[in-house]
Amino acid sequence: MDFLQTYGFLIVTMLQQGLLGLSLYFPLMAGQLSLASPGFYAMGGYIAAIILTAPQFAGWREALGNWIFPVTWLLAGLASAVLGVIVGVPALRLRGIYLALATIAFVQILQVLSLNLSITGGAIGLFGIPQAFGFVDRWQYIWIFLPAVIVVLLFAHRLQGSRVGRAFRAIREDELAADAMGIPPTRYKVLAFVIGAVLAGVVGAMSAPFLNTWNARQGTFDASIAFLAYTLIGGSRSMWGPLLGGALLASLPELLRSLADWRLVINGLVLVVASLYLPQGIVGALGKLRRKAPPQRPSPQVKPALGDTP
Amino acid sequence: MTQLLQNLINGLAIGSVYAIFALGYTLVFSILGIINFAHGAVFTLGAYFTYTLVVGQFENNGLIKGINLFPTGSPFHGSAWAFAAAALIGAIISGLVAVVIERLAFRPMRSRGADPLLALVSSLGVALVIVNLIQILVGAESYSFPTDIYGDLKPALIFSLGGKLIVVRTVQVIIFGVSMVLLLILGYVIGRTRVGKALRAVAENPGTASLLGISVTRFIIITFFLSGFLGGLAGTLVSTAFSVAGPYFGVAYGLKGLAVIVLGGLGSIPGAVVGGLVIGLAEAFVPAEYSAYKDAVAFALLFVILLIRPQGLLGRVQIQKV
Repeated sequence: MDFLQTYGFLIVTMLQQGLLGLSLYFPLMAGQLSLASPGFYAMGGYIAAIILTAPQFAGWREALGNWIFPVTWLLAGLASAVLGVIVGVPALRLRGIYLALATIAFVQILQVLSLNLSITGGAIGLFGIPQAFGFVDRWQYIWIFLPAVIVVLLFAHRLQGSRVGRAFRAIREDELAADAMGIPPTRYKVLAFVIGAVLAGVVGAMSAPFLNTWNARQGTFDASIAFLAYTLIGGSRSMWGPLLGGALLASLPELLRSLADWRLVINGLVLVVASLYLPQGIVGALGKLRRKAPPQRPSPQVKPALGDTP
Repeated sequence: MTQLLQNLINGLAIGSVYAIFALGYTLVFSILGIINFAHGAVFTLGAYFTYTLVVGQFENNGLIKGINLFPTGSPFHGSAWAFAAAALIGAIISGLVAVVIERLAFRPMRSRGADPLLALVSSLGVALVIVNLIQILVGAESYSFPTDIYGDLKPALIFSLGGKLIVVRTVQVIIFGVSMVLLLILGYVIGRTRVGKALRAVAENPGTASLLGISVTRFIIITFFLSGFLGGLAGTLVSTAFSVAGPYFGVAYGLKGLAVIVLGGLGSIPGAVVGGLVIGLAEAFVPAEYSAYKDAVAFALLFVILLIRPQGLLGRVQIQKV
């Protein structure tokens, strides 16, 4: 139990950040780089925090007991889906870096709103969020986040083999060709975006009790880039990549704790070095190791031409 | 009417800084097709370099706390020209830092033919390093320039119009003037000189440019230097108007700069100028009672322009080819 006391919070955080990395992976399956996840994550957390603390919802809490927690996840997921469609339909006409920038703008706008609305507690945020299911220790959140990771991985696995997953892949490889084959790109792109949004929103609702407080710092540009780093450094072509990247990068500040002030500097250096030396991500690099090198054709015996240095 | 004029003046002053700052993004984007997220950190650095030259020491916190660069008083303090020299040196050092960033974080990636999206992550890594180094060296406190950096110049001009007052701060005039002069010089260099022609050729097609005997690497270095110079100078200008507000203060401007370049059209130089002025003015005209929402204006504009005109106000339409 000592181990869980010490590292439980870290392990849960690794799972949680891995899930957030996966929330970028779904849009990427259809080739869409969306950085909107922190917006949905923050919104999901606010929904949970408001339902769990606001006096207006006292009746709900009394009537539902512990069921209130799954209900917050459900509502956060629904709200994210609705907002995801509203934002996604116009935004997904954009490609590449433009979509990324539009989603950064979306996150910024939500952040300014949450800083200024009274229902979100303004700059102070919401605090005193009750622990889920009467948990007494932080590590117990593993019972929420571990099943969530497993469910999401199973879902991603099933999705990849399905008709929808194949459509995503076709759009990622060549949108025009996919369109010509009768796959409506916009519909599938919005679907991929909404899946990511729902995941981020639900993770937010799960995280609000875990973190005990919720404020505008949850949904920032920094978070957008952190999630992007999880995905790219872990590997964006496999569902294991974002999970691994999220878990590793989330544990990095903890591993570097002894460096105190320098740890964020090292963290930045890790991002630079990883993007230079692991362009396919960690999972991509591991895959390359495992696959045998293609058979080399014996190099033709050529006599060195005159003047060539041997 | 006076309110309108006052807003106009405030908006043009801040908008012109947005413009030169955003030009730094645009130059790099037009050559490499990537967004350099370290630009906001270079902006911060510019402000800190100039502050170091003008004041000589950081008295509050950090590793170099209390070390005084100029025990006998800074030579860059006392007259407007001395300050201008400090700002210029600060901007040049920022430009050199940007060249180093290119060498360490962008060139290796380019030579490996890596996914351009990775440049987002690596440039953000660089930004993280710079911002936290600043914090370790001088702490997170904000520092204000001395009030007399412009020497004998009056701090503000006050006009009276129909009984109401319009305040034009000297800083605003200087910011606007410097930005406009810089834009004109840059416009001339890029539009009319051989260097500019070569830069445009590299931006259009690096492969062809190198076949024509243009050293692409050298022009990428020049571009990063210019970008860092503009970013650093913008940092100095903004911090004289407000303050050097801690290591993170460039991040907010960095994001706003993104809104500016998208609004004007990615990669378009006149676009960056128009975008900067439009966003500066739009923010200035936000009514006082909604001033808390001011920071959302740039992003709301960005979102709207992407939806109705994705190529930006002055951008070229990209036709997707099969």
